[in-house]
Amino acid sequence: MKWLLVAITVLATALADLLQSYELKRAGEQSVSARGIARLAVVVARRRYLILSIVCYAFSFFAFMALVQSQPLSFAVPASAASFILETIAAKLVLREQVRPRRAAGTLLVLCGIILLAH
Amino acid sequence: MNGCYHQTVDQPKTPRTYLLVLLFVGLRGFGNLLLAWGTKHLPAALGVHPAAYLQAMLDPAVAAGIAMLIFSLFTRMALLSVADLSFVLPVTAVGYVLAAALGKLFLHEEVTAVRWLAAFLIFAGVAVVGSTPQNTTKEACAK
Repeated sequence: MKWLLVAITVLATALADLLQSYELKRAGEQSVSARGIARLAVVVARRRYLILSIVCYAFSFFAFMALVQSQPLSFAVPASAASFILETIAAKLVLREQVRPRRAAGTLLVLCGIILLAH
Repeated sequence: MNGCYHQTVDQPKTPRTYLLVLLFVGLRGFGNLLLAWGTKHLPAALGVHPAAYLQAMLDPAVAAGIAMLIFSLFTRMALLSVADLSFVLPVTAVGYVLAAALGKLFLHEEVTAVRWLAAFLIFAGVAVVGSTPQNTTKEACAK
């Protein structure tokens, strides 16, 4: 059961992040002031991909909530970080971001750290 | 796609980007902590029944955790509007170190020497990624 919850968390998070990154770049710069959050809420309500990303986050959230109840937080958080690899590859291939050697090396260091954290 | 195309650019980081990263990491770390603490003190296991989740949301710690996580979601959206996903992911991974530290401090979870090494690797990776441009793409749309 715990690995099913990890899988739902990972896949739903990856899809949500990709949709958000793609759509928010098109929507322009956002802020977190009171007015900025109200504006952001309107942006989310008007864009289908952002609404879909919220639905994906909801799946991810409830799966994560069940995971943290039965497993230590120090397992649940790093285990759900498997989305890291999936998302970095998708960012390069789908979003066409420039993942150059320095960024790739830093990302690998972080990934090694997250895997070690799970032990 | 809708008259839009990608341009390759190298946009330098701004203090606002760092502020958004700090805000997001803090909100998510403490939000997860409250969520974990609240759900561990519930009288029954959550299972798969939706009613159990709605009931859990009435718990003050769970509700506060959810509120912080919702605000962290908006903060991350603001961050993604100005920075690459492949930049945001590793830089905000500092949150995993914070989660382990908070787990040790408040939930008395074990943090071994290996986990401190993990924390060092994450900080090193974040420093390396943090030295790259925050945004390497720009969506340009024809009028």
